[in-house]
Amino acid sequence: MRDIMKTTASRRAVLGAGLTGASMLAMPSILRAQDRSLTVGVYGGYFKDSFDTNIFPEFTKATGIAIQSVAEPTGEAWLVQLEQAARAGQAPADVSMMSQVALLKGQSTDLWAPLDMAKIENASGLIETFINKYPDGRVAGIGAVSWYITLVTNTDSYPEAPTSWAALWDPANADKLGLLALVSNSFLLEVTAKTHFGGTEVLDTEEGILKVFDKLAEVKPNVRLWYRDEAQFEQALKSGEIPMGQYYHDVTGLAAADGNPVRSTFPKEGGILDSGSWAVSRASEKLEEAHVFINYMCQPEIQAILSRKVGTSPTIKRDLLDLTAEEFAAVSSDIAPIIPRYDMYQQKSDFLNQKWTEMIAG
Amino acid sequence: MRREPPQRLADYGPLVFPAGMLIVFFVIPFATMIAVSFFERQQGGFYQPAFVWENYARFISLFFGKVLGFSLVLAMAVAAACVAIGVPFTYLLSRSVRNVQILWLVALLSILSLSEVMIGFAWSTLLSRTAGITNLFAYLGLMAGPQALTPSFGAVMTAMTYQALPYTVLVLYPALVRLDPTLTEAARTLGASPIRAFFTVVVPALRNTIVATLIMVFIFALGSYLLPQLLGRPQHWTLSVLITDQAIYQSNMPFAAAMAVFLVLVSLALVGLAVYAGRRREAA
Repeated sequence: MRDIMKTTASRRAVLGAGLTGASMLAMPSILRAQDRSLTVGVYGGYFKDSFDTNIFPEFTKATGIAIQSVAEPTGEAWLVQLEQAARAGQAPADVSMMSQVALLKGQSTDLWAPLDMAKIENASGLIETFINKYPDGRVAGIGAVSWYITLVTNTDSYPEAPTSWAALWDPANADKLGLLALVSNSFLLEVTAKTHFGGTEVLDTEEGILKVFDKLAEVKPNVRLWYRDEAQFEQALKSGEIPMGQYYHDVTGLAAADGNPVRSTFPKEGGILDSGSWAVSRASEKLEEAHVFINYMCQPEIQAILSRKVGTSPTIKRDLLDLTAEEFAAVSSDIAPIIPRYDMYQQKSDFLNQKWTEMIAG
Repeated sequence: MRREPPQRLADYGPLVFPAGMLIVFFVIPFATMIAVSFFERQQGGFYQPAFVWENYARFISLFFGKVLGFSLVLAMAVAAACVAIGVPFTYLLSRSVRNVQILWLVALLSILSLSEVMIGFAWSTLLSRTAGITNLFAYLGLMAGPQALTPSFGAVMTAMTYQALPYTVLVLYPALVRLDPTLTEAARTLGASPIRAFFTVVVPALRNTIVATLIMVFIFALGSYLLPQLLGRPQHWTLSVLITDQAIYQSNMPFAAAMAVFLVLVSLALVGLAVYAGRRREAA
């Protein structure tokens, strides 16, 4: 998800969409038959493929609304595009799946059209924290899926799974790690705080943050790759070139299921729990269809399909789902997760970014 | 054909199209960028029109100074490497049989069709421990065991030189083909070895072309942001990488614009300096 290079897939999608569009224009009857449509942005690559196969066709069958899916790059890159377009009155996608940091940043410029909860009755099953609200109470986003970032290893290089995030600091792992390159999507400050400072409360003050940065800087000799591009790390992890790092639990599970020598481990300090929310650009003219779509996506059956097929963790209450204990364990963990300090990224983003860049590149 | 200075307004007609293109595709975007670089950043949000210097003030620091310095040195090193390889290569190419020339030029042109992403991934595989070229060396007994050659400065340099070399050859090729062969022949008759003739006759005769090529590759390399990310460590990231970070990931357009303006100004100044130095030497 959240990755720039997978826009190569989007190029194909754009071509495909262009062709479809052209052929629809050539055959006006089809255009009329499906004149209710909605453009939905989901993370490119595996995520989008999975939605295109398992979710969107069923939705169109159920509601008669045609879906055009757009492969979106990393949360914040897509946010910038949506914002620039909204300023010009355009919406490259009506509904987008946004990561929490991006969603909050969009809130500060009123980018998201407020949602009418009366039209999203299935949202009553959502876990409370997955409803994003503006400070004045308007609803900006509805939880779509959640996912874990965990400690991943190549099983050939590491026959024994590591048990703690402390493995990142272990001198034995010199030059073996691949970590996410951005402060706001790696959440390594939270990991460091939880592992070495007993919790993320230390991040409340700038002094505390600087202390955490100092500790985090100690992993630098172990890091071979700071990646912005998921594909690059995934490839290196599979081949054993870079045998350890942080990565998405869902995608790692899929890679392992395909027979690759990789594993995802929930460290004893917990995996990082992040989530994506559906949000509607204020420039969209399809607010009605957007509500229908979001309501559809909140159904327990759909959430269960997502867990089984995409490997994401559901955003609705456990007891509403028909997932078996085993299926649930595959996408989640009993260990309390590390929850990112979203407030910090909103209030101190420039400070964090500057210190982060100085830390890794300095 | 005699060239006459334009007499009437209509004589300037042919200029309208290129001037229009230049305005639409260069002047307007660049002016927009300069304007944005003075806008006020709203943290956690976007930006609003204003006139503030703080974006430039933030840039003027030891950290960004080092990054800028590294970017310039990297671009110069790539330019120097390209010319060092390109000039002798193109010289030999221009002296070879026509069929050989065509074959090489087609091969070089086909490199241009590769995207930066493909070049980056290809080199990172080639220089990796698990699938890379060192496996071959180890097999031949030249090395004790395969090892990773990336990420490193050498990997960044290699890939960037690979990417820029076709342009270098294509710029040098016409000048070298047109170079009068009797010049070198004269040098040879006077007793110079082929290598000596190359350095004392060919290189000085091509000085302007070489300077122009250096400048072109320098500018080309300065904008590279993907290869340093794919093949280098964070300390090998260029200013362009940080600009991308600010613009795409931090949504800090004003700061990204300020850095970009700074980069353009510094490179223009360096190019100006090179041209000025060239003129002075010519005049002397």
